[in-house]
Order: sequence, then structure tokens, then C-alpha cells
Amino acid sequence: MKKIKIPIGPQHPALKEPISLRITVEGEVIKDADVRLGYNHRGIEKLAESRTYVQNIYLMERICGICSHSHTTCFVQGVESLCGLEVPKRGLFIRMLVCELERIHSHYLWLGVAAHEAGFDSLFMYTWRDREVVMDLLEIISGNRVHYAINTIGGVRRDLSEVQKEKILEGIQFLKKRMEYYTNLGTTEPSFVARVSGVGILPKEKAMSLCAVGPTLRASGIASDIRKDDPYAAYDEIPFSVCTATSCDVLGRVVVRIKETMESIKIVEYLVKNLPSGEIKVRAPRKVKEGEAVSRYEAPRGENIHYIKSNGTDKPERVKVRAPTLANYPATIEMLKSGFIADIPLIFAAIDPCICCAERFVEVIDTKNENTQVLTMAEIKKRYSKSQGLKKGSSVWPL
Amino acid sequence: MAIMKALVYLFVYPGLLFLFVYSTFCEWFDRKLYARLQNRVGPAYTGRAGILQPIADFLKLLFKEDIIPENADRIIFSILPVIGVATVATAGLYLPLWNYDVSRTTFNSFQGDIIVVLYLLCLSTVILFLSGWHSTNFFSTIGGVRVLTMLFGYEVPLFLSVLSPAIVADSWRLAEVANFYQDFPFLLFFQIIGLFVALISLQAKLERTPFDIPHAETEIVGGTFTEFSGKKLAFFRLMTDIEMVVGSGLIATVFMAGFAGGLMGSLARFVLKTLIVIAILSIIRATFSRIRVDQMVVFSWKYLTPLAILQLLVSIIIKGVIK
Repeated sequence: MKKIKIPIGPQHPALKEPISLRITVEGEVIKDADVRLGYNHRGIEKLAESRTYVQNIYLMERICGICSHSHTTCFVQGVESLCGLEVPKRGLFIRMLVCELERIHSHYLWLGVAAHEAGFDSLFMYTWRDREVVMDLLEIISGNRVHYAINTIGGVRRDLSEVQKEKILEGIQFLKKRMEYYTNLGTTEPSFVARVSGVGILPKEKAMSLCAVGPTLRASGIASDIRKDDPYAAYDEIPFSVCTATSCDVLGRVVVRIKETMESIKIVEYLVKNLPSGEIKVRAPRKVKEGEAVSRYEAPRGENIHYIKSNGTDKPERVKVRAPTLANYPATIEMLKSGFIADIPLIFAAIDPCICCAERFVEVIDTKNENTQVLTMAEIKKRYSKSQGLKKGSSVWPL
Repeated sequence: MAIMKALVYLFVYPGLLFLFVYSTFCEWFDRKLYARLQNRVGPAYTGRAGILQPIADFLKLLFKEDIIPENADRIIFSILPVIGVATVATAGLYLPLWNYDVSRTTFNSFQGDIIVVLYLLCLSTVILFLSGWHSTNFFSTIGGVRVLTMLFGYEVPLFLSVLSPAIVADSWRLAEVANFYQDFPFLLFFQIIGLFVALISLQAKLERTPFDIPHAETEIVGGTFTEFSGKKLAFFRLMTDIEMVVGSGLIATVFMAGFAGGLMGSLARFVLKTLIVIAILSIIRATFSRIRVDQMVVFSWKYLTPLAILQLLVSIIIKGVIK
């Protein structure tokens, strides 16, 4: 049979954000896969260099719309370690509370997306309805549904009242009940299981050598979780277990995420019931001492790393973000090979891709000789005016 | 007078006009039920409870821009949707609703019309394949190939299961089969397996979840319909709707004793029985996830076809007992 190359993306119904997967197929079977990035670059790292640390918290929040709290916490932790700040216990607990609620909301969202990719729209509708509950809880705590803006350098911005605590415990009970139902549905519904089991195999050794992170790694039987391996905030005092699966396929990733949600619900219960009293933040200096810091954080999608270098002013000299999705791309290509066309959306969705998180620079590829180049904005403008025959000094973007 | 009656038959009831109105109603019914099963509202604004939404969608599509791909064969690409609607609407004429006489052969009711209906319904699937193939788009081509692959899966069980009640009734004429079961309704209990197989096969024929493989949105965009827009897409949607009505009408005729009793009586029975079939199809649609094309073929040959053959055996034994 003839090999043909089909383009999945940059625009495709299976993708929520632009990315290009070039799949070589023979009939229905995938023979080769390639991934091209750079359609969603926003220059956030460059922007961060021209803003103060406090402004940067809100900029970092906008890296991602789903794990917004992950990025701010990661950034804030790095800055706090640079300043040598000791965050009060209560502040840390509220920070972790939002973090775990965010994990619940992200995994609920993912379950819906995965169901939609598998053509199971009923599950998609139900999970997204129930996700509203956790969104409302986050709104009760922070005042916002998506960008919570609860972190600040040295603690959190809002305290938790008794009424809010009650509401959270109430909502959590509902979520727990629903997740138990989805556990049953997601692992026993024959047509859904037939679609996800044995699909997108990533053996343990491959997952290790390709540096997969988060639920993708844990579904291959490796119990790696930053919350346990390198505890930040106050995770070392909280009882919870790292969820793994040994099936190494998409079903394993479904199971890991469902189990993790149940663990997160337990953590939220523990945090609310054992919330210590005291301050929620300490005063932070505007200028940060010279030095560099690396901060690690277990986002819903895996390990998130921020590197911050300060030069003694109120603005960072360099901020580098490594989002979990980027770490999972090599593993995705491995998983896609030897699958069916029908498996592409499921395998790709199983890493819970957040493409805008992962876009750090733009590469220009010459379609004729496949040469790659990294261009500056000035160079792009120059090339544009040359191609349009514009004279020097005339408007580059004509009205 | 006979000519007038034939013209009314062809264009008004149960011809084009009735099929158009009733199929849009069925689409609304299916969409509403599907939405309610998914905890959604469904169509709500156009007409009472959104009942006119499918017609609004149809009209809106008619006025949309119509694009033909550069490499596609213009003529074939343009006429396929029309032929598609024509085949399924023709199939609808053979349902024993009105203007037929069991005692003599008419143009719309004769020995073997059950085969004609099945043949015309099969033709619409081939038209889907051709439209996918002629779109000259990767996604359409893959969709077209999937249509054919699925055809090899569900067509045999559908034929076997629909023909087995006819074997017991000892006739290949829809009107006679329906009449036979009106006289001996208890014999329908022995056709339960066949009804089950026919419903699943019809679901596959209509390309609805779990068998919406040829136009699986998240895999191959629009599948066979990727390149179709405007009027052509509107006609393809109408074709699918009419196919749903005719398919469920066929099942209602052979498995639910047809539609006896005058003009209004038969209409009421037709609406009731087809809506029951469509409701079952909607529930199937809401409770399963899409399966892969290879899984679909394996499922058809491993479970559906043996069940259909079992039904055939049961029918032959019953026929022997009756004799």
C-alpha cells in the first residue's frame, strides 16, 4: 500500500491549540510521526525581563489557562528562595489547597477531553458539568474561576473563613461521589475500554529514557512525583500516596488520573481540616538579592520547572520556563508509532497537551531544503519589507 | 384520477414533501433526546422547543458558499448529493403506507420490493464512498475507504436479519410480510434476535456513534464530508435524515407488523413505530464511545453475523413447525 503523509494540525478538530503532527500512514496504520512546534509563541520569557517580580506573578499566571496556579507557585517559590523568605504555614496550606483543587479541575477536564476524542460525548458532557463544582469552589476561595491570582511573594493574598471551609468540604463530597462513578464507567464501559487499552504503549524503559513526566510517566509504572521526591510547600507533612499503573497504555493514564483525583480530594479534606492558624503572608522586599534559583513543582500534567536569575534589581534578569508538555513530546512520538489513525487524538490527548505552555521560541524552517533558523523580530521585519518591496523608513505594517 | 393519486404519492405523501418534513422532525427528535440523555438542553429557539431547528439548519446551509475542490471532478462532485437524496427517497416509496393493494401488484408494492429497499439503502452508502473518493482530500479519502470497510461488516447481518421475518411470512413483499404479522403477532417474539441485529446494523449504516467512524471528527475532520459545503452538505444531511426514517420504517414494517388501518391510522402507526426505533438508536448513540474500524468489522463478523444466522435458523424451524 502507498504511504501517504497526513497533516494533523496546525488546525484540526482534535487539537485545542495549534501544533502540527505530521503522520505518515499506510492505510490505517501509522508508520512514522513527527511534531512541529512554534505556532503559539507569545514571548513571555522576554516580557518577564522587563517587569517587576510582583508583575511577573500575574504574567506567569497567563502562561496557561488550566494550570495557572502551577506556574505562579513555581515562580513565587523560586523568588522566595532567592529572598530567603519563610512563608507562614497557613499561607502554604492555602496555596496547596488551591493547587490540589486545580489538579482536580484539570483531571476532570482531561477526562472529558479524552472521552470526546474517543467519541464518547456523553461522558464528556457529564464530566464537564461536574467540573463546574470545583470551578465554583475555586471562585469561592480566590474570587476567580481561571486565573486565581492567589499567590504573592511571601504567601497568599486571601484568607479562608469557616464558611468557605464548609462549602469546600461539601463540594468535595459531591466530586468524590461523581469520580467514583466515573472510575467505574471509565474502566468497565466496553466500547471505551476497547478504544483505550493497549493503545499508545510506552514501556517503562522508554518512558525513563525519553524523560516523560507526570501521569504519562506514572502510567508506565514509575512512581515519580515531585510532591514526594522533592517536597515543596508543606507536602512532606501531608499523608498521600503516588498513584501508578503498570499497563503503560492510555487506559493506564486514565486510571492514574482518576486515582490522583481521589488522592487530591483526600489531600483537600486534610488541608481544610488541619488548617493552622496564623498569618497568611510575610512582607517581601521589592528588590531581590543577586543569585539564581530553580524551582520544581508537580503540575497536573507533570513536573514544571522555573529557572530565575536575579541581578539585584526589582526585575529578573532571566526567567526560563520548562512546562511539562514539552518534556512529554518525545514520548508522544514514540507512542504514536505503530498505532492506528483512530488512535492519534487519544494518544496525543493522553499526555494532556498544553501547547501554549510549551512554546518557548519560533523556528523558521525552509520548506525547500529543510534548513532551520531562529529569527529575531527585527530580521522578520526586514525580510517582510524586502518581500513587499518596502523602502527603508516606510511603514512595515501598512494600514 | 390514478395519475393524480400517483403524483400525490410521489411528491406529497409519502413522497418527497412528507419525507422532508418527517425526516427533519425525526432529526429534531433524535437531537433533543440525545441532548437530554447528555444532560444538555438541545435545540431550543427555532419554533416550539426548537422543533424547526433542522429546517432552519437546512435553509441556512442552502444559502452558504458552495466550494468545489480544484482537483475534484466537478460534475460527479455536484450530482452525488442529489443522487443520494433521490435513492433514499425512492426507497421510502416502497414502505407499505398508502396507495397499495395486497391482492394485486402495483408499481410501489410487488414481490421482491424488500430487496429493492435494501438495495437502494446500500446504494446511498456507495454514494458516500464515491463522494469521499472524489473529494481528492486525504481525510475524505480515508473516510471513503472506511465507509466501504464498514459496509463489508454490517451489510450481511442487516440483509440476513431483515429477510428472516420474510422467510417465515413466505413472501418477499413488504405489504404481505406486514399483513402476515398483523394476523400472527405472537410470531414476532421469535424475531427478537433479528430485531437486535437489525437495529445495530442500521446504526452502523447511518454512521452514528459507536459507528461514526467514516466521519470521526477528532480523527479525520469531516471524513467523507470534509470538502462538502453549502447546498451539497445540506443535501447530504437530508439524505442521512431520510435514510434514518426509511431504515427505521423498514424495521418497523418487518419486525413490528407494519402500518395497518387507513390513511390516518397508518400514518399514526408509522410515526409511533419509527419514533420507537429512532429512540432506541439515540440511546445506543448516547451510551457508547466510537470504536475503531477494525474493531467494528471484527464485531460484525464475530457477533452480529452469527446472531443473524442463528435468527435465520430459528425462522426456518418456525416455518417448518407452522407448515
